[in-house]
Amino acid sequence: MFSPADLAAIWLTLKLATVTTLLLLLIGTPIAWRLARMRSWWKGPLAAVVAMPLVLPPTVLGFYLLLLMGPHGPVGRFTEWLGIGLLPFSFGGLVVASVIYSLPFVVQPLQNAFEAIGERPLEAAATLRASPLDAFFSVAVPLARPGFLTATILGFAHTVGEFGIVLMIGGNIPDKTRVVSVQIYDHVEAMDYAAAHGLAAGMVVFSFLVLLALYLLNSRGRRS
Amino acid sequence: MSVAARFALAYPGFALDVDLDLPGSGVTALFGQSGCGKTTLLRCMAGLERGAGRLAVNGETWQDDSLFVPTHRRPLGYVFQDARLFAHLDVARNLDFGMRRSRGAATVKREAIIDLLGLGPLLDRLPERLSGGEQQRVAIARALLAAPRLLLMDEPLASLDHARKQEFLPWLERLRDELDIPLIYVSHAPDEVARLADHIVVMDAGRAVAQGPLAETLARIDLPIKLGEDAGAVFAATVAERDAEWHLARVEFDGGELWVRDNGTPVGRAVRVRILARDVSIANSRHDDVSIMNLLPATVVAHAAEDHPSQVLVQLRVGETLLLGRLTRRSAQRLDLAPGREVWVQIKAVALVG
Repeated sequence: MFSPADLAAIWLTLKLATVTTLLLLLIGTPIAWRLARMRSWWKGPLAAVVAMPLVLPPTVLGFYLLLLMGPHGPVGRFTEWLGIGLLPFSFGGLVVASVIYSLPFVVQPLQNAFEAIGERPLEAAATLRASPLDAFFSVAVPLARPGFLTATILGFAHTVGEFGIVLMIGGNIPDKTRVVSVQIYDHVEAMDYAAAHGLAAGMVVFSFLVLLALYLLNSRGRRS
Repeated sequence: MSVAARFALAYPGFALDVDLDLPGSGVTALFGQSGCGKTTLLRCMAGLERGAGRLAVNGETWQDDSLFVPTHRRPLGYVFQDARLFAHLDVARNLDFGMRRSRGAATVKREAIIDLLGLGPLLDRLPERLSGGEQQRVAIARALLAAPRLLLMDEPLASLDHARKQEFLPWLERLRDELDIPLIYVSHAPDEVARLADHIVVMDAGRAVAQGPLAETLARIDLPIKLGEDAGAVFAATVAERDAEWHLARVEFDGGELWVRDNGTPVGRAVRVRILARDVSIANSRHDDVSIMNLLPATVVAHAAEDHPSQVLVQLRVGETLLLGRLTRRSAQRLDLAPGREVWVQIKAVALVG
């Protein structure tokens, strides 16, 4: 049903979404933790920066990332100095862009979960000899489990669904940056509607299943 | 051995400023109205609130001008008003949380605590499936198993209804009798304080306005805060006799004896007696033609005005024991209750508390 090019695009998409989600959990968790416990004036601006990808057109984000990571941008010079070359139009560049683009989808559920836990269990942990780091891993993380589930699913699904920023940063290179959404675009451009249908319908089913899973997990979390 | 606590802390509209020297063992009640700062003081002692000051517990300094030991390094136990069990852990794992982290320093055995607080049947339950009283029992056991050298309790009974409270108090009393570390107990309920405390600190608007041994302090008539209906004396007594025919018990105290309802306490057992000021009336001569069973000769020591201008609070000495009686100012004048006067007190109700 799928051509080898389609399968390559699917494989690349899954690889990108997995790597991006793992990185997002690593980066997003401390950001969400800081934001949830922040009392200072900085909380507002910081939260706004994290949420920006929600409202910015992917082209805007992609444009600035291109400039930053290009041969004349500071990030580009840095990566060249490191000897890994330039990030645009590579899988690495795609990962960087995806992480930034999907950041709010991971940070916000985590931040909500941490805020819902509040100070109380952490104070209790402190009176039971748990250091702040210990209390984070032994109390906050397990209590925020529903938040981590939501963040993982949303981060993964949102990365699978991106198009504009992929095209801006990654272009359309088979096996390297051509993900499913770009492949569908190619099929449509080539008037190959049958092939486009195969992938598009697959995306519809995938999205439905992901959101259904999210709903079921959340309602079960609320009951227990 | 003592707990020396000096703290100063100011919030908008509230300032805490106390300097206390509390006994290094037994139960000290921090008593006062809501908002008087007792919880804030407790949180300062735990290091959950950072006030300027000094705290030394039985010779070990936890805080002073140049030192602030963070909460997780203070060997204390804290029982919160709202239990705060970890929702993701069952009872057994909640109990083990602090125990594992105090690295076997515990002086109490896990099994003994589980036994003492009746937790055996609850061990594999999640906190959400426990009643309020059960949660508090687990919280207390969890705190004790972390090998505390100071136990802090913030109104652990506040979230319980009356029936649960009565069910829970005997657990606390058993605990108090087993414990050899200082317990600081925050409460605004005079009946809890009368039952549990050995020492009391009365707080008002962020300051300690009175402190001392329980009996002595409660029998003071110059307390800066009025206890109203709860004013009364608490003192120690011993069960001397049980009368099977009338279901009464005779208790002896320093100054006389009282007949009380027999609640099954065996002869020879030490008990605590509480007599509320409103249950004490005064006569100039002995009257045997009244229904009141307990008549004692007493000497008037002093009196003080009450909140309502019609009332007066009279302090009386029966042997070595101080009692409080509340009567109208008019009666006090009619009976000519000057200090030093010999009178008879009629006691309408006596409660055995613990």
